[in-house]
Amino acid sequence: MTAVDATAQALGLRVGMPVTKAQALVPGLVIEPADPKADAESLERLALWVLQRIAPIVAVDPPDGIVIDSTGADHLHGGDAAMLDALIGRLTLSGVSARAAIADTWGAAHALARYGSNPVLIAMPGASIDMLAPLPLEALRLSPAIPAGLRDLGFSRIGDLIGQPRAPLTLRFGPELSRRLDQALGNSAEPIEPLRPEDMIEARRSFAEPIAAAETIARYIGKLVATLCEALEVRGLGVRRLDLLCHRIDSRVETVRIGLARPVRDPQRLTRLLCDKIETIDPGLGIEIMTLTATLAEPMTERQAVSHLIEAPEPDLSGLIDTLANRVGARAIYRFAPVASDVPERSVCRIPALAEETGAGWPDHWPRPSRLLPRPDPIETMALLPDDPPNWISWRGVRRRVRRADGPERVFGEWWKRDAELVAVRDYFRIEDDAGERFWIFRAGDGEDVATGSHRWFLHGVFG
Amino acid sequence: MHELAISPAIAALRVRIAQLEGDGARAREVLPFGVPSLDRKLPGGGLALGCLHEVAGGGNGAVDGAAAACFVAGIAARTQGKVLWCVAQQDLFAPGLEQAGLPPDRVIHVEAGDDKSVLACMEEGLRHGGLGAVVADIARLPMTASRRLHLAAKESGTIGLALRRWRRQAEASDFGQPTAAMTRWRISVLPSRPLPVPGVGRARWLIELIRARAGESLDIELEACDGSGHLGLPADMADRPAAAEGRRHSAAS
Repeated sequence: MTAVDATAQALGLRVGMPVTKAQALVPGLVIEPADPKADAESLERLALWVLQRIAPIVAVDPPDGIVIDSTGADHLHGGDAAMLDALIGRLTLSGVSARAAIADTWGAAHALARYGSNPVLIAMPGASIDMLAPLPLEALRLSPAIPAGLRDLGFSRIGDLIGQPRAPLTLRFGPELSRRLDQALGNSAEPIEPLRPEDMIEARRSFAEPIAAAETIARYIGKLVATLCEALEVRGLGVRRLDLLCHRIDSRVETVRIGLARPVRDPQRLTRLLCDKIETIDPGLGIEIMTLTATLAEPMTERQAVSHLIEAPEPDLSGLIDTLANRVGARAIYRFAPVASDVPERSVCRIPALAEETGAGWPDHWPRPSRLLPRPDPIETMALLPDDPPNWISWRGVRRRVRRADGPERVFGEWWKRDAELVAVRDYFRIEDDAGERFWIFRAGDGEDVATGSHRWFLHGVFG
Repeated sequence: MHELAISPAIAALRVRIAQLEGDGARAREVLPFGVPSLDRKLPGGGLALGCLHEVAGGGNGAVDGAAAACFVAGIAARTQGKVLWCVAQQDLFAPGLEQAGLPPDRVIHVEAGDDKSVLACMEEGLRHGGLGAVVADIARLPMTASRRLHLAAKESGTIGLALRRWRRQAEASDFGQPTAAMTRWRISVLPSRPLPVPGVGRARWLIELIRARAGESLDIELEACDGSGHLGLPADMADRPAAAEGRRHSAAS
């Protein structure tokens, strides 16, 4: 048996078990013949999907992995952790269960993803050695005979090997062990050969003399973008993800990825977006090859600019949104839209900034505060139960006498979402203190039945 | 009408100063508040478009910035086009902004994470030119940054509104530092309009114009923005001497 799923594992089946034994253990077992070629093909398809959505340098790590160089792309996702969350979330939605780790080197990430205790793990820079030390020897990507031999000698963890003299081990097991260990610890480089599908549109430029100055890089970006846009125009495509790869003379690759909200092939705009990112490129001793790839290209229809005699044309904001998204991340730019819910924090959702206008708003029966606290702040009060607003409240150490009040506005729990909210109630009041400051406070519970809430008071928002 | 009352010598001096400042070439468009006693005091009869304006809350409002947010939303609501609102950490409540006149479809929010990115995003928005207004919640606004924002606004004609908001009350003294902003406002909450029945009436603000380039400062009590972003004149104050004086002016001119 070469692979078992979670259900089979629960039944006691393991990889490496003979099929006959498995059939004896579980009657009526469904067995699919292994098809390594199809597996490799689908892994490559998955890697391509990751390439288009997550990062510019992605390669297949056979038989069961994908290696991603996340440098230069995390800004589009809002940081490493958010990127990993998004990746795992989207894989889970499409029915793929995955484990992931971010570490300093390919070797360390490979080991931590497969043998680490957490399914999603981010190793801080420089902490890889400590995290690798307790892992078993198989995590080092060695041929199967070596871990067995090492175990005979009394080594069981990677940590045991780290301080050992290399010469005797190399003499016995060959150079592979030292190489893999150095690669995992980051002592020797291991470049990732990026996956490039055949029909990808690419512009490439090699330099006789390595370049390093920002102005020179900017000039060549302009030339590459012009070439790429011509190729895009021939096929009628616009670019959604654009990757700039700068191969340095010390064989490292610096990457820049640009994301766009709509397909674009305007050389000026693309050049500007790429040039904004020049400061993130570290040219080192010089760049010898620059390639620009349209990783994700979509058909683009040219629209005729219709001119109205009366109305001014609607200004195009997609350029601004792209510039901002490449600066602060696409998730940080949004519009709010109403959700049919009485619970204030659930009544808004975020939609993409360029989504169609909904025209919808919120019900206008009650005033709503302009600022809502991220989570309700507990306050001390003195109030007459069940219906009256408090006489005074004490928030952040300041006691305020309630001068005027409106309420209660009763909000019922959404029992169709969670059983625990079946009887939950919040009573909202709008209060004003002596100085005229207006707050939105609520009591958890209806003031009579303890089952409906704790009867504690919270401050939820501030009115203007 | 107010302009005519000024002697020709002062008017000529103003023209010269405007030329020295470099914005004499193009007459600025203004956005009137629709409240005569406020508009009359502002140069040009309203809030100048294509400029940077600063707004802060008074008292606790310097920290929560709730009244200032409504005031700014009201101004942004009366411009044409979309509004870009940049914050470091999001705590705006969209239903509240809608009640101040700014529907959710018109506002694009940017959550930039830190003050430096907020300033950069605001400048980007001001330079674009297709927006109606650009708002940013900022704590520190150094002179250089404010001048950049002001120039960006001047180029595109978009109004820039810097909503000054600090983490602690003590930091609010930063509001005294000079900036390149055209006007500087402070909005403090006042007890609401008394109602004949128990309850909270329409909110009232003390609106202080602390500084206005080529204009006078003033303070005025007004009612908060309604659903279209317009401020209201309190009913019990409409016949007070300040307003009466305004009528005399118009009668004289």
